[in-house]
Amino acid sequence: MKVKYFAWVRERVGKAEETIEPPATVRTVEELIAWLSGQGDAYAHAFEKPKVIRAAIDHAHVRSDAAIAGAREIAFFPPMTGG
Amino acid sequence: MTSAVTACPVTIRIQEDDFDIAREIAVLTRSRTDIGAVVSFSGICRADEDGAKVAALTLEHYPGMAEEEIKRHADEATTRWPLNGVTVIHRVGRFMPGQNIVLVLTASQHRQAAFQAAEFLMDYLKTSAPFWKKEESATGTGWVEAHARDDEAAARWTKS
Repeated sequence: MKVKYFAWVRERVGKAEETIEPPATVRTVEELIAWLSGQGDAYAHAFEKPKVIRAAIDHAHVRSDAAIAGAREIAFFPPMTGG
Repeated sequence: MTSAVTACPVTIRIQEDDFDIAREIAVLTRSRTDIGAVVSFSGICRADEDGAKVAALTLEHYPGMAEEEIKRHADEATTRWPLNGVTVIHRVGRFMPGQNIVLVLTASQHRQAAFQAAEFLMDYLKTSAPFWKKEESATGTGWVEAHARDDEAAARWTKS
């Protein structure tokens, strides 16, 4: 699946997007964040406060317990500050 | 029998270029005689954020989702209020104090619907449209933190 990062999550991870293949045991957004956190120091830094991170699946906001099965694109970002 | 025009065109644009408020209102109201009220809200880059001087702001967005998220709320606004037109323009890029960032126009037969829909749209733009501000000041550069007051402002529109 494709993963996108925005704002300081993007800066900390060091890339705007990538394709990942998490193991089948990773079923929810929360579990994906935990798995990503183990992918190196940059990821650990980006996801050090998982409760602050917002997620979207296929362009729609989701909660941390949302299932990731079938997702084409998952995005992680901080709380929004537009307008 | 001539029926009243009840169409509610919804225009959403995300762009680097500035917008011309008068022109956007003219486009929204062109050839319409059913519109009795247009509310215009513009968000402008401030030189001061909670007491700290701001030299510039950079707006980043999530292309695709930003348009879709604004559209979802614009569509919801048209179901909640009798609107005759909605325009939302959000700029991205780097802005200096005094420059335009966002424009919301709502048109209706009467002012109440237009005022309320504009507020509703701005409250959701702040809290759920995927845009992020990075601030440059004399002390450095940093991402703007979300305000609890914006979440509270959006929460008041939640139907109980």
